[in-house]
Amino acid sequence: MNTNGYLDMELLRFTTAGSVDDGKSTLIGRLLYDSKSIFEDQLEAVEAASRSRGNEEVNLALLTDGLRAEREQGITIDVAYRYFATPKRKFIIADTPGHVQYTRNMVTGASTADLAIILIDARNGVVEQTVRHSYIASLLGIPFITVCVNKMDLVDFSEDVFNEICLNYKKMAETIGIRAELRFIPISAKHGDNVVTDSTNMPWYDGGTLMNLLETVSIDHKMGDSAQPMRMPVQYVIRPISDKFPDYRAYAGRMAGGVLRAGDRIRVLPSGLESTVKSIMQDDKELEIAHTPESVSVLLNDDIDISRGDMLVPATAQQPVITQQLKMRCCWFNETEMQLRKRYIIRTAVAETVGMVQSVDYKVDVNTLEKVEGVSSLKMNDIAVINVKTSQPLVVDDYASNRITGSLIFIDPDSFETIGAGMVVVES
Amino acid sequence: MYKLTHLKELESESIYVLREVAAQFERPAILFSGGKDSIVVTYLAYKAFYPAKIPFPLLHIDTGHNFQETLDYRDALVEKLGAQLIVGSVQESIDTGRVKEEKGYNASRNRLQTTTLLDTIEKYKFDACIGGARRDEEKARAKERFFSHRDEFGQWNPKNQRPELWNIFNGRKNMGEHFRVFPISNWTEMDVWQYIYQENIPLPSLYFTHERKCFLRDGQWLAAEPCMTLKPIEVVETRRVRCRTIGDITCTGLTISEANNLEDIISEIAATRVTERGGRADDKRSETAMEDRKKEGYF
Repeated sequence: MNTNGYLDMELLRFTTAGSVDDGKSTLIGRLLYDSKSIFEDQLEAVEAASRSRGNEEVNLALLTDGLRAEREQGITIDVAYRYFATPKRKFIIADTPGHVQYTRNMVTGASTADLAIILIDARNGVVEQTVRHSYIASLLGIPFITVCVNKMDLVDFSEDVFNEICLNYKKMAETIGIRAELRFIPISAKHGDNVVTDSTNMPWYDGGTLMNLLETVSIDHKMGDSAQPMRMPVQYVIRPISDKFPDYRAYAGRMAGGVLRAGDRIRVLPSGLESTVKSIMQDDKELEIAHTPESVSVLLNDDIDISRGDMLVPATAQQPVITQQLKMRCCWFNETEMQLRKRYIIRTAVAETVGMVQSVDYKVDVNTLEKVEGVSSLKMNDIAVINVKTSQPLVVDDYASNRITGSLIFIDPDSFETIGAGMVVVES
Repeated sequence: MYKLTHLKELESESIYVLREVAAQFERPAILFSGGKDSIVVTYLAYKAFYPAKIPFPLLHIDTGHNFQETLDYRDALVEKLGAQLIVGSVQESIDTGRVKEEKGYNASRNRLQTTTLLDTIEKYKFDACIGGARRDEEKARAKERFFSHRDEFGQWNPKNQRPELWNIFNGRKNMGEHFRVFPISNWTEMDVWQYIYQENIPLPSLYFTHERKCFLRDGQWLAAEPCMTLKPIEVVETRRVRCRTIGDITCTGLTISEANNLEDIISEIAATRVTERGGRADDKRSETAMEDRKKEGYF
């Protein structure tokens, strides 16, 4: 058996946005079913569950709505992760529906996504919800947005309808400043047109199927190239303290940007101390070069003080910001409102400090995208630009340039729940 | 040209999660069942901290109904890694009256494990238990977090989970609470097998074809071991079988298979149309059997 194929696959994470009425579950069901990722016992279970609920057609939403409360109430409470693979790629879908916690769910699902699928009902065109979904996808810095104009069968597979929706979407995208690369595909999830197989109903469209796009869209943004400044947040210090490795001291972390080579001159932040890379280890193998997003451990030539929360960066290339005064876009997740000057725990990937919100520049109405000024608290699902002061300096990048070193969360100091997310804005 | 494969990316993510556990918790443990998923997690932990030893003990909840091959494999691995092994015994929980043994033909100690697990967690004051559960396994697990919070009763509240963004993991908790951590959340069954193949990780012999005395119940082959009570109509036969998942004997379905190497197993799984938990009697008890057990504190 030839095993080269599957050891050579790539990984793409995407998120799907749209309401039940847009046919999102049908689309996901279609992708899973046509890629043979739904198993017989799963399908049987879903068929039986659909029948017992009196549904006439198989309700594919029951595949993802696994929790008892979800199945009883016919709603989706939480982000569900789904997996499927083709010979070329493995896919992780963050399916982010939800009613009350919609924004929170979508922000969560979007935070790790490489691509967002935005579903539009061909009969309705660009609606308020489309704007909201696109805004969140853009806010979270998803590099690719794919607009699927669904239910083309219900508009007679009309090219004019499709073109008009594309035009309207592009106008909207320009207004809200979407930087993601846009693609438009006319589909019928229910009948399978342009999902996995080319549609014979739309000979005027030759842009390829959704599956073809998912299999071929670039994933280069995940890997640091030499042009991106190197970032390695230190997670943990490996010290075996054994006879075989008496003075061994390696800094473990996951590459968050660029590449690191043995011999590179590096700087440790926030201390500013410098050294050179003696060697890079990946478990028991020594690497010449470490790429983003690999987990590695780094040995240095000098004995300097480094601990969890520090960041290794290049000695010469572009530096992150070290600051106690942060501006950020923030999404609030909790029923307990955000209060000015209240102390919250603030955590980046590896560092933690205490901070307080000093002021809110403005809140964004996610439906109209209007800026609302004069706000002094944030409710659940609110998105705002805020100013935060921290007790210790944090090492951060602008979120637009690095999603890992530019992001943080707010933790409630009493319940320890994750109550908000921040995307750092570095004004140049 | 650098190529980032799916296995490399998954491995890197899992190692990152394991290192977060070591950094954020005082007394973590790896829940080790002897199945392929906990074997992969242990292997990843070896990689994450090399050349230091894995900074957590392996915790095995022994139902007393384990395959001998599983126990032999466990002991050999512990010795090879120089790791600490802690065993929580369901038999002991039964003997001391903490739980009551189920009766009847389908009696299983699967659910009883929860009490033993929670008692062991309390005894050793573990604040994070690392498990090999994957989101593709089961619909309740599809909603699971990497860092999954448990209240002081060890219970899971799926309706109010902490949102998990980017690669920031919030392991903060109050006294008495603990976490379950699932480093291979994003792996599928196929990913696990491909990784075992790529890394050449040794497995218990149960995963490969062998002759075994077994019997058919509700369309599922089960091992005819002393802990199983056979119905009068059930006949013991010798078949060539292998396990697709390994758990307690009472709930581990056997697959009729000739696969005796990893390539054959991968081909077999690629062709199969039934999920691996399709052979697990414990999941068939109700539509939300897994969620119900998880809420109580199950793995």
